[in-house]
Amino acid sequence: MKKIIKYVITDILRNKIVLAYTACLLAISFSVFSLEDNSTKGLLSLLNIILIIVPLISIIFSAIYIYNSAEFIELLVSQPLKRKAIWMSLFTGLATSLSIALLVGIGLPVCIYEFSITGIMMIVIGVFLTIIFTGIAMLAALQTRDKAKGIGITILLWLYFSILFDGLVLFLLFQFADYPLEKIMVGISALNPIDLGRILILLKMDVSALMGYTGAIFKNFFGTTTGISISFVILLLWVIVPVKISLNKFNKKDL
Amino acid sequence: MIVIENISKQFGKLKVLDNVSVTCETAKCIALIGPNGSGKTTLIKSILGMVMPDAGSISFNGKSIQNDWQYREYIGYMPQIGRYPDNMTIGQVIDMMKDIRHTSSGFDEDLIDAFGLKGMYNKRMRTLSGGTRQKVSASLAFLFNPKVLILDEPTAGLDPVSSEILKEKIITEIKKGKLVIITSHILSELDDLVSEVIYMQDGKLMFKKSIELLQKDTGESKLSKAIANVMINSIV
Repeated sequence: MKKIIKYVITDILRNKIVLAYTACLLAISFSVFSLEDNSTKGLLSLLNIILIIVPLISIIFSAIYIYNSAEFIELLVSQPLKRKAIWMSLFTGLATSLSIALLVGIGLPVCIYEFSITGIMMIVIGVFLTIIFTGIAMLAALQTRDKAKGIGITILLWLYFSILFDGLVLFLLFQFADYPLEKIMVGISALNPIDLGRILILLKMDVSALMGYTGAIFKNFFGTTTGISISFVILLLWVIVPVKISLNKFNKKDL
Repeated sequence: MIVIENISKQFGKLKVLDNVSVTCETAKCIALIGPNGSGKTTLIKSILGMVMPDAGSISFNGKSIQNDWQYREYIGYMPQIGRYPDNMTIGQVIDMMKDIRHTSSGFDEDLIDAFGLKGMYNKRMRTLSGGTRQKVSASLAFLFNPKVLILDEPTAGLDPVSSEILKEKIITEIKKGKLVIITSHILSELDDLVSEVIYMQDGKLMFKKSIELLQKDTGESKLSKAIANVMINSIV
């Protein structure tokens, strides 16, 4: 399995997009930190990059990579290799290279300008989102052989997680404004890793006061050690479940 | 060596394999013949575990191949259309396969030398012609000295010199006592190779006969004529 990971990572490095992605993240991070004299403000700007750009790049790049590796997969499947090893190597290779890009592109500047618990939390969430969306992309890419359709699905999934989901939640909140929904909101946020990440970071930034009563409830839950642990377990589930489902599908796939 | 029992496979509504059972013993050269779309490639891919049959079982050396992968160490496979990562060079592909797949009996680089692939090691797979791709596929199939060779249309797209080289190689491997399963539409080429014929039609296995028996039944000495006779008269 190590050998296949090695080939996947060399291949990803060879097409240079991940390197360009790292350079872009670096440029954005450094400019954000040097524009603002207050580095906490810089962190807040980076938050949006982490919550929107990182999932988008991870999901689309991974999906395209899986489609382009069709030949590579076909070649390996006829060899004495476990299908599980092939699929997990692809996942590990993609997740590792995209995570390293994030660690260098955002982690490094954050460590230089704002080495705090908030900064570290942001990097951790960023890595989680990278891995989660790589897994989701791999699952989506298995749904159809049609490349355009598969990449379309991943874009729709990203739209759903980063924009539509919040819209739906707001809609629900307004429709049921007369009911006490604050506690349910905590549960609903677990359904979207981006939301979960946003709440975890915002609460560390102490801007939860701006979120009113709901913010207070969130702080009550996510502020505690148990709350944080549960959130990370949920994030971990977001990593494992899509990958596990895609692995089962890949094991039964006809090539 | 390879025992296939009642396998069926359906792609959508199309029944590609319909209750196929066949046994392949070692030290034989078996020709898999049938019209286009008769399920030959699907049958081969099922043996390799690339296609999962809906029903039935396949065993290799007495062990079921389901959830097994090690048996593929004994198989060299040459696909009908060899597809390789576009941005890798010939050399990289061959080195990668050597790296991933261990062999105890040493590498068999006869075909790489005979086809002169070493001089093209720096060419990217994307730039290769169909024939050169076939040469790479053939070289990879023979590279690991496998006990079983599965060749899907091996000479399609090869020039006469190369296809003669490949044929010679196949004959030497058969003499070493290997099992060779070969599909081809160029029946005249199979004449001096095969010892048994499997004939498939519409996903069904019509018959498996030794070449002598087939010649006796049809009264033809040439394989191409014998098969034509079968197709016309539908003798089963």
